[in-house]
Amino acid sequence: MNETFIPSFNAYRVFIEPWTDALPIYGWMVLMAFLVTATCGLIGNYLILRRMALVGDAISHSVLPGLAIAYLATGALTLPAMIGGALGAGLLTTSMIEFLQSRSRIKADAAIGITFCTLFAFGVVLINVFASRVHLDADCVLYGELSYLHKGASEIAPRPVLIMGGVGLAVALLILCFYKELLVSSFDAMLAASMGYSPKWIHLGLMAMLSIVIVAAFESVGAILVIAMLILPGATSQLISTRLPVCLGLSILHAALSAILGLHLAVWLDCSMAGAAVVAGAFLFTLAWVFAPQGLLSRMQKRTAHEQPATS
Amino acid sequence: MRVLMAVLLLLAALGVPTPLLAARVGDLTETEVLEQARRFFSFSDPALRTALLGCLLLGLNCGLLGSFVVVRRLSLVGDTLSHAVLPGIALGFLWNMSKDPVVILIGATSAGVLAMLTVNAITRTTRLKDDAAMGLVLSSFYAIGICLVTMIQRLPTGQKSGIDKFLFGQAAALTSSEVLTIGITSLVTLFFVGLCFKGLLVLSFHREYGESLGLPMGWLHQIVMILTAFAVVTAMQAVGVVLVSAMLILPAATASLLTDRLHRLIWLAALLGMLAAALGAFFSFLGNNFPTGPFMVLAGAALFIPAFLFAPRHGWITRWWRHLSRRLRTERENTLKAMYHVLEDRDFHGESVSVVELAQKRRETIEEVTQRAHALQRAHLATLTDGTMLHFTPEGLLKARAIVRNHRLWELYLTNIMQYESDHVHDDAEKIEHVLGEDMVRQLERKLDFPQTDPHGKEIPRVDSGLVQRSSRSS
Repeated sequence: MNETFIPSFNAYRVFIEPWTDALPIYGWMVLMAFLVTATCGLIGNYLILRRMALVGDAISHSVLPGLAIAYLATGALTLPAMIGGALGAGLLTTSMIEFLQSRSRIKADAAIGITFCTLFAFGVVLINVFASRVHLDADCVLYGELSYLHKGASEIAPRPVLIMGGVGLAVALLILCFYKELLVSSFDAMLAASMGYSPKWIHLGLMAMLSIVIVAAFESVGAILVIAMLILPGATSQLISTRLPVCLGLSILHAALSAILGLHLAVWLDCSMAGAAVVAGAFLFTLAWVFAPQGLLSRMQKRTAHEQPATS
Repeated sequence: MRVLMAVLLLLAALGVPTPLLAARVGDLTETEVLEQARRFFSFSDPALRTALLGCLLLGLNCGLLGSFVVVRRLSLVGDTLSHAVLPGIALGFLWNMSKDPVVILIGATSAGVLAMLTVNAITRTTRLKDDAAMGLVLSSFYAIGICLVTMIQRLPTGQKSGIDKFLFGQAAALTSSEVLTIGITSLVTLFFVGLCFKGLLVLSFHREYGESLGLPMGWLHQIVMILTAFAVVTAMQAVGVVLVSAMLILPAATASLLTDRLHRLIWLAALLGMLAAALGAFFSFLGNNFPTGPFMVLAGAALFIPAFLFAPRHGWITRWWRHLSRRLRTERENTLKAMYHVLEDRDFHGESVSVVELAQKRRETIEEVTQRAHALQRAHLATLTDGTMLHFTPEGLLKARAIVRNHRLWELYLTNIMQYESDHVHDDAEKIEHVLGEDMVRQLERKLDFPQTDPHGKEIPRVDSGLVQRSSRSS
């Protein structure tokens, strides 16, 4: 049984073929995986600093009804419809969480849980009910469809790659332009307010950016794996460095490595590419956790170094 | 009162999902839906009976444990747990390539426990906060699960395995042995909650106190977490990995809006959980094997919304209404007081107060004062003749005297007993005059030795207690 479950390892098939004969298929996949992880990772750094990781979780779920409604309203998923759906869903999520929290005794955690589960359930029901009209299926919601990137004859690159690349570029530019504002408000909201940066607008802008990134990544990696792409690069790089610019650079490195490792893992095991990329990213996180300057290994060394003088 | 509320909620819940039903009628034919509904309610289909029983049991179990999860603000732990069990389910399935509920239960629970341990280890040994750690662990475990699931689906036997049903849930696919597993875990939970209720109560609200008493708080916490993992795992077949945490959160959050007592909250949450599960099963059955999970969650949300709006004490609209009526009452009482002051300034010559006099007293426009006069008339506290002259009704006069008395008594109390300066007491008395109860007034009078005049030399009016008690109790 296990022999068919885990395919036999063939170095040529796993390592050489994806970069040579099968490059037209796998090249786009790995590029897409990289773009998604890098873009998510850039924003994710700020999410982690601002302790909003679970808001990312919430929005990644609630983008689904936004997309489904955009489909139903426009008939096909055009770029403006997609962005509109994403922004609407993101805004609805954050305001619903705020509303539940401030207008009742429901606590923040339950408010987040209620909001995204309900919206996600609504999205799944919409997709099931109007299955004939919404070209999103349940599988795509759960594991994404990185493998279905087809390049049209007249295009330079498959459409999702173009969109994701555009979004990634926009995110990088926005972070460059508003670097100082984001930095200050993430570490010290009071200082930011006293410097005249409105924390509310920075928050809203970040949420809007997050929604658009998630929606662009959604079809490729699905609702839940996108959380990993948001958190893993930032978490890994923040274990290694305490300086934000270094962290942002390391996130991109993490994205590239996890996309490439994920590709080989997916080819070897013949499993979901998006899932494999996240598994590779989690592996990199574990490496950082153990070997980082203040990782598990150095902690253990320090502890033994402390204990030795006492025992001898 | 509470029973009535529950019945109302039930009716509301049955009413809210109808748009969903209507939406689906467009896709299916109407007779098909009616036929399915008839089949559902006749309970003749044995598979359906099994599925429904399983749903009710899982609703009960999730509601019971969800209460502790929500009260202790661990909602997102449920979310982490529910996503992280996926690799365990896949490995349990791989064990002998079948959906053996016991093996899957063991696999999934181990995965859940491992995930919680990882979250703890990350938060303890790194700078990452628990939200980042939870998001990281849940999505990474889920990714491993997704890889395994896609690998299983590639296998010839995996195609028909129905393992994908674990993602969104399919109540109709519940087998009787799975229902038995749900039943046993629910029973264990029920016994545990019944036996250790006191300990759980302490754990939920004041863990340190319980520890100081030497109660095994750590153990209780671990058991609750493991039972929650069991609840999540057994519910998975019907609700699905992605949404099962909502079944923990929604019924308990709804119940927490309806009551302040933990034991009522638990039973209410269990009841609401069963209701949401059964409704979800019903609607997914109507649509011919739609995934069950999303419908259960929407049913849970449909129960939550009316509770959020209309819960007797904590409902949003209820509180808004209470606030509004209090404000209106204060405004009416202030108008009555102004009328009394006008009469007092005239040494009580004549009985009617003109709108112009009132406007001068309150330093407001004639229009504003006329509106106030109409508000008094609507409350039967005064009558307005010719649109210009106001008369107290007997009830209105009593109320006016009571308010003025409250105000002056309080001023006197502040100057004489609390040693305030007499020019610093008015603003405070302006606020407290509306809320002083009759018992408090009696005590003040006794303490001040039944005074006749206030610090500014004005007379403190006397009020016949019988009538006033009734009117000031409404505060």
